[in-house]
Amino acid sequence: MNAFYALFAVILLLLVAWVGVGTVDLYSLFGIIIPYLAFTIFILGFLYRIIKWAISPVPFRIPTTCGQQKSLPWLKSSKLDNPHNAFWTIIRMALEVLTFRSLFRSTRAELREGPKITYGDTKWLWAGGLAFHWAFLIIILRHYRFFVEPVPAFVLYLQSMDGLFQIGLPVLYITDAVIVVAASYLFVRRVFIPQVRYISLFADYFPLFLIGGIAVTGILMRYFTKIDVSAVKELTLGWINFKPAAPEGIGIMFYLHLFLVSVLFAYFPFSKLMHLGGIFLSPARNLANNNRAKRHVNPWNYDVKVHTYEEYEDEFREVMKEADLPVEKE
Amino acid sequence: MSDEKLKSEQLADIDYNPPSKDWMDVKPVIKKGTFNYPAVEASEKYLDLPFSRKWDPRDDDWKLPENWKEIVLKGLKDLLGKYRSFKVFMDICVRCGACADKCHFYLGSGDPKNMPVLRAELLRSVYRNDFTTAGKIFGKLAGARELTEDVIKEWFLYFYQCTECRRCSVFCPYGIDTAEITMMGRELLNKLGLGIDWINTPAANCFRTGNHLGIQPHGFKDSVDFAVDDLLDFTGIRVEAPINKKGAEILFVVPSADYFGDPHYFGFLGYLALFHEIGLDYTFSTFASEGGNFGLFHSAEMMKRLNAKIYAEARRLGVKWIIGGECGHMWRVLHQYMDTINGPADFLEEPVSPITGTKFENAKSTKMVHIAEFTADLIKHNKVKFDRSRNDHWIVTFHDSCNTARGMGILDEPRYIIRSTCNNFYDMPENTIREQTFCCGSGSGIGTDENLEMRLRGGFPRANAVKYVREKHGVNLLTCMCAIDKATLPAVMDFWVPGVELAGVHELVGNALIMKGEKRSGDLRGQPFKGEEVKEHV
Repeated sequence: MNAFYALFAVILLLLVAWVGVGTVDLYSLFGIIIPYLAFTIFILGFLYRIIKWAISPVPFRIPTTCGQQKSLPWLKSSKLDNPHNAFWTIIRMALEVLTFRSLFRSTRAELREGPKITYGDTKWLWAGGLAFHWAFLIIILRHYRFFVEPVPAFVLYLQSMDGLFQIGLPVLYITDAVIVVAASYLFVRRVFIPQVRYISLFADYFPLFLIGGIAVTGILMRYFTKIDVSAVKELTLGWINFKPAAPEGIGIMFYLHLFLVSVLFAYFPFSKLMHLGGIFLSPARNLANNNRAKRHVNPWNYDVKVHTYEEYEDEFREVMKEADLPVEKE
Repeated sequence: MSDEKLKSEQLADIDYNPPSKDWMDVKPVIKKGTFNYPAVEASEKYLDLPFSRKWDPRDDDWKLPENWKEIVLKGLKDLLGKYRSFKVFMDICVRCGACADKCHFYLGSGDPKNMPVLRAELLRSVYRNDFTTAGKIFGKLAGARELTEDVIKEWFLYFYQCTECRRCSVFCPYGIDTAEITMMGRELLNKLGLGIDWINTPAANCFRTGNHLGIQPHGFKDSVDFAVDDLLDFTGIRVEAPINKKGAEILFVVPSADYFGDPHYFGFLGYLALFHEIGLDYTFSTFASEGGNFGLFHSAEMMKRLNAKIYAEARRLGVKWIIGGECGHMWRVLHQYMDTINGPADFLEEPVSPITGTKFENAKSTKMVHIAEFTADLIKHNKVKFDRSRNDHWIVTFHDSCNTARGMGILDEPRYIIRSTCNNFYDMPENTIREQTFCCGSGSGIGTDENLEMRLRGGFPRANAVKYVREKHGVNLLTCMCAIDKATLPAVMDFWVPGVELAGVHELVGNALIMKGEKRSGDLRGQPFKGEEVKEHV
């Protein structure tokens, strides 16, 4: 049900843009005002969320240790999975963010006759997730060419790598195919794995459809419906230079694409997509396991009611003396 | 099946398919064997806890305080402001489901609310409803739901069906730690007087007598004297076991089950034998007669209240540093919390082994060393001699305790000790040990008799891995370094894989240790060594 609602929501968004640009000619609204607004919401919202997390302190150092600790010099410690200093913690975080190591570790438990539980390797979620995120990142970087003139070398390089196979005209970007396949996989597993379907919210399907919609509209305008790319660049450079003008005749597909992107930007800070920022702030991962070597300070550590030794001895002094246990006061 | 004896085929008949109804519409069912009894009023009063009263989870009316909703929401707000972990974990889950089949309670019960992700959603849904813009506007569509009495009942059921073992956190791409969420959930429940007896009564005992079992100082001394006598019987050597001795070099703190529980006790004899043999200048304390900390299962504040005695006693007795015995959650507190909550321990010295001269650099601030680190160092430096064949009647495997594995990473020290003290050691399959170890199913204060069905379910993955090495290698001894494991795993083993006994690592040490002037014919349980029983009959 949540999946249908989400699909419906994205279709509705497409209709809004279709009507807005296609029939009512609201070029400035969809080409200038909404993108500016969405971008502003994204930046401010993102900062707001990060600051909101950051103002809550980290009272305890609670890394999840996933390997041997550093203790005795002759025991080999697992620097990466149980980092003991900032350097290895940064490496652990970097590999987590760039390669999804925790997901890579995943297993699939299966109950068999016996009863017997087996734990098989499962790399599907890891592979699908990684493909999705990397494709997304490269696509975003490729889009940088719309915002600068001349196009920087790294973007051109990225483009040529991405189009390495030289299939079709214009050349097919590998990432375009990958993101569609990966997003579809992420959707399909959400629907077909009963446990995952059970926990899935509207907020899990909506971003998938939204990003899927962005990818599809992008692909359509690049390979099929064709749009006036120089006009697009005129528009995008206009944004950057704060002299925005929405040229006519770019093609409706561009506006559908742009509107979904705008919605994604505006939606981002209020959604689970904030895991992009949150992962860096997760105390289970971003702290070194050097608890006993270096004291961690809790800013709100307050005094509590304790039972003192004096109170203890006062209650038990007689029995302690009888048992020949030393006491402070005779 | 109320009074029927549980059968393993029955419990292993697990349906992992979630119900067709949306989880928010499935009401919690409080049934025998899957929940814990509420705390008795006397214990709660002793600790000045709010709203202590007589109530029964099976009743419809839990007699919640009038302003319960306000208390919970205020408490939630407070915790969000105090813990970045909690706040971030409330926000960033993408419900990928990688954690689902990593939880022993889910694997053993098939109840979808035992999937870590859904356990967290129980709280997240309320958080969204009252603390996020999206939740306030879109309600259920945004995964939000209103806080009702049924939600509280659900929390009570499922936050006491989590052992805070952190296995899910290992597999989560963001490290989301359900233990953290469960802790917050329990803290909120306790604000409404919804604590359980197996946690709050030991906590009250601990506050008063220094240990969970409520053993008074003379009782402690009796236990230690008894152990000294037993050791004399088994080894022919009378050891010293100083108590409350001022000026000793080292304070030794153990979980109270070590001197009162079976099979913990045999490991306790192992400590005594080892310390005698190396001539360690140490002391026990009757006041700090517990390293374990059931306060951790109640709230951060209770943890601090119960932990305070350790540094206080180290200061009073004037020791240089501290060694801690075999225990799981105890070491989570000692390793990850103690220095922060009750430190700095600047009145102690950086730990140096008086026997080997090794500086324990990893403990230089907290000044507390794990016994396995201490013993492994002794062995490495050839300061103790072992006759491994004295453990030949055991075919051994090792269970990493959750909190020392995933909250510390003490994995190879115990294995080194075990390999040095016995001839037959076989690890369980790799997905069930080290950082991927499975919980005993009874940790974090829910190891009660009334909760037996849930414990057996939660212990199923662990037991299943033991069964594997039992069938393959004939394993008959499951060693571990956790008092709760030793107390609760015997029942789990008897149920799923009979014929496997539990032991602490230092029981193997005590058996194999060659002591000067010893006269031994059997192990620390009074059983004959392998081969000896034949000789007797010749």
